[in-house]
Amino acid sequence: MAEVKETKAPETLISLEHIDLTFNPGTVNETVLFTDFNFKVDKGEFVSVVGSNGSGKTTMLNLICGTLVPESGKVMLEGKDITHMPEYKRARRIGRVFQDPAKGTCPELTILENLALADNKGGSYSLTRGVNRSKLDYYKELVSQLHLRLEDKMDTKVGALSGGQRQALALIISTMTPIDLLILDEHTAALDPQSSETVMELTLDVIEKKNLTALMVTHNLRYAVEYGTRLVMMHDGAAVIDSYGKDKSAYRIEDLLKTFNEISIECGN
Amino acid sequence: MNIFLGLAETVLKEGLIYGVMAMGVYITYKILNFPDLSVDGTFPLGACAAAACIAKGMDPWLACLVAILAGAIAGCITGLLHVKLGITDLLSGILVMTAMWSVNLIITGGSAILQFFNKPTIFTSGLVKLLPQGIYAHRQLLLILLLAIAVRLILAWYLSTKNGLLLRAAGNNEQYVTGLGKDPGIMKIIGLSLGNACTAFAGCILAQMNENADINSGKGMVVMALASVIIGLAVFRKLSFVHFVTMAVLGSVIYKACLMAALQLGLPNSYLKLLMAILLTVAIVSEKFGKGGKANG
Repeated sequence: MAEVKETKAPETLISLEHIDLTFNPGTVNETVLFTDFNFKVDKGEFVSVVGSNGSGKTTMLNLICGTLVPESGKVMLEGKDITHMPEYKRARRIGRVFQDPAKGTCPELTILENLALADNKGGSYSLTRGVNRSKLDYYKELVSQLHLRLEDKMDTKVGALSGGQRQALALIISTMTPIDLLILDEHTAALDPQSSETVMELTLDVIEKKNLTALMVTHNLRYAVEYGTRLVMMHDGAAVIDSYGKDKSAYRIEDLLKTFNEISIECGN
Repeated sequence: MNIFLGLAETVLKEGLIYGVMAMGVYITYKILNFPDLSVDGTFPLGACAAAACIAKGMDPWLACLVAILAGAIAGCITGLLHVKLGITDLLSGILVMTAMWSVNLIITGGSAILQFFNKPTIFTSGLVKLLPQGIYAHRQLLLILLLAIAVRLILAWYLSTKNGLLLRAAGNNEQYVTGLGKDPGIMKIIGLSLGNACTAFAGCILAQMNENADINSGKGMVVMALASVIIGLAVFRKLSFVHFVTMAVLGSVIYKACLMAALQLGLPNSYLKLLMAILLTVAIVSEKFGKGGKANG
C-alpha cells in the first residue's frame, strides 16, 4: 500500500488550518490550547497520536468531528470548508469509535436493531420497516467476523454485552457504511488487556479490508509504534513528533518514552 | 352486581381514554427519557379544540384530527424550546403548559367549560348509529376500546419503522444518532409531538363523551400518565409478548381501578389528587427498588 502511495502525490483528506482554541475564555480558568495549530491527514494514512493528558489529542478529534468549533481557523475535508458543519452531518463521512463502549452502541436496542440502524446510515430513516429480517444472514456474517459468537445473540440487548463485545460491535457499526475517515478515540483504553488486543486486531483488519484512512489516539505506546503509517506526539497543543515512513518504522517505545519524559521535565513535572 | 358492572365499565372507559394519553407519555417519558409536563396543558387543549370545532358544526371525526394536530404542534413547541433554545426539559414543559391555559381560554372564548350538548359526537354519529339496540348502550366503551386499539397499533407500528428505531436510539444514546448522521434533536421534537398528539386525542375523546370541554381537565394529567406508564410496565414487564405500548394503556386501566376503589371505599373526593400523588410516588419508588434488586442480583 505504501509503495503505491509514494508514486503519486498524496491527497489531503482532512486538514486543520491555523486553528486557535481557548477553553473558558474570559474566566480565571482560561486555557489557551491551540494557537495557529496546523495538522493534516492524507488519504490512506493510518495516523497514531500519542501525548499526555491535556496535550490536545482528543480536542483535535473533537475539532475534526465537529463536537467543538475553533475560535478561528478552518477545518477542511477534501478541500471543502466544514468548520461550521454540524457534527451529525460530518458523521456521514467520518466514523468515530469512542473510549466509552457505551457511546458507540444503543444499550436498549438489540444487536440486530443496532446493526439495522447503522446499515441505513445515509438513508432517510423513513416509515418503512426498521429491521429487514431478510438481511439477517448478512448481519450475522458481519458479526461472525468478530469471533465473539455474537451471531447467536442477535436478539440480545446490547446493554447485556461486555465492554469488549460492545466496542467490537461499535467498530463494525461505525465502518458498516462507506466512510472517508475512521476516528479511533482511545478506543481500547477502557478494555481489559485481552479485549484490548482483540479490538485492536479487529481495527487493523477493518482498516486494511476497507482501505480506510484512520486517525487513532491512544495511550498505548506499543500500539502507536507497532501500528499505523505515521506517528504523532502531541504536547501543549502542538505536534512535537511527526514521523512517517521509514523514520516511523525505526521508532521504538523507548524513544517515545524518552521524548515523553523530556517534555515532562521541561514542564517541571 | 349491576352497580359493580357499571363501575367496571366506567373504569374501563376512563382507563382507556387516559390510556391513550399514557401511550403517548410512554414515548416521551420512557423512550425519550423526557419528563414532559406539557401534557397538563395539551390534554385540555385537545378537549377545547374539539369542542370549539364541534360547537361550530364541524364533523366530530374531523374535530378529532384538529385536536390531534393541535396537540402535535404544542408538543413540537416544547421540543423546540428544549432543543433549539436549550431550555431544560422540565421548564420547556412548564412553559407550554402555562401558555396552553391562555390558548385554551381563547379557544373556548373565555369560558372555563365549553358545552356542546345535542351536537353530533363520535359517540352519536356515523356508523355508531347502526349498532343493534343491545350493544348501543355500551357504544361508548366499544368505541373507546377501538380507538385505544387503533392508537396502540399505530404507535407500535411506528416504533418498528426505521424512524421509530431512530427515535428509540435518540432516547437511549444521542451520540449514536449523531454518529448515524442524524440530528437527535429532531427525533426529540418528533417524539414530543407524537406524545402530545396522543394526549390531545385523549382529551378530545373525553370531551366528546361528556359533551363538554373543561379547561381544568388537565390538572394532574402528568402525574396520572406517568403513574399509568410506570404501573403498567411494572405489572407486565415479565410478559415478553405484551408490547410496551400495551403495558402503558393497561397500566392506566389499573390506575383508574385503584382510584375508583378508593372512592368507593369512602375516600372523600377532595383527597383524590393527594392519592394520585401518593400512588405515583409509590410507583416510582418501587420501580427504583425493583431495578436496584436486579443490579445487585
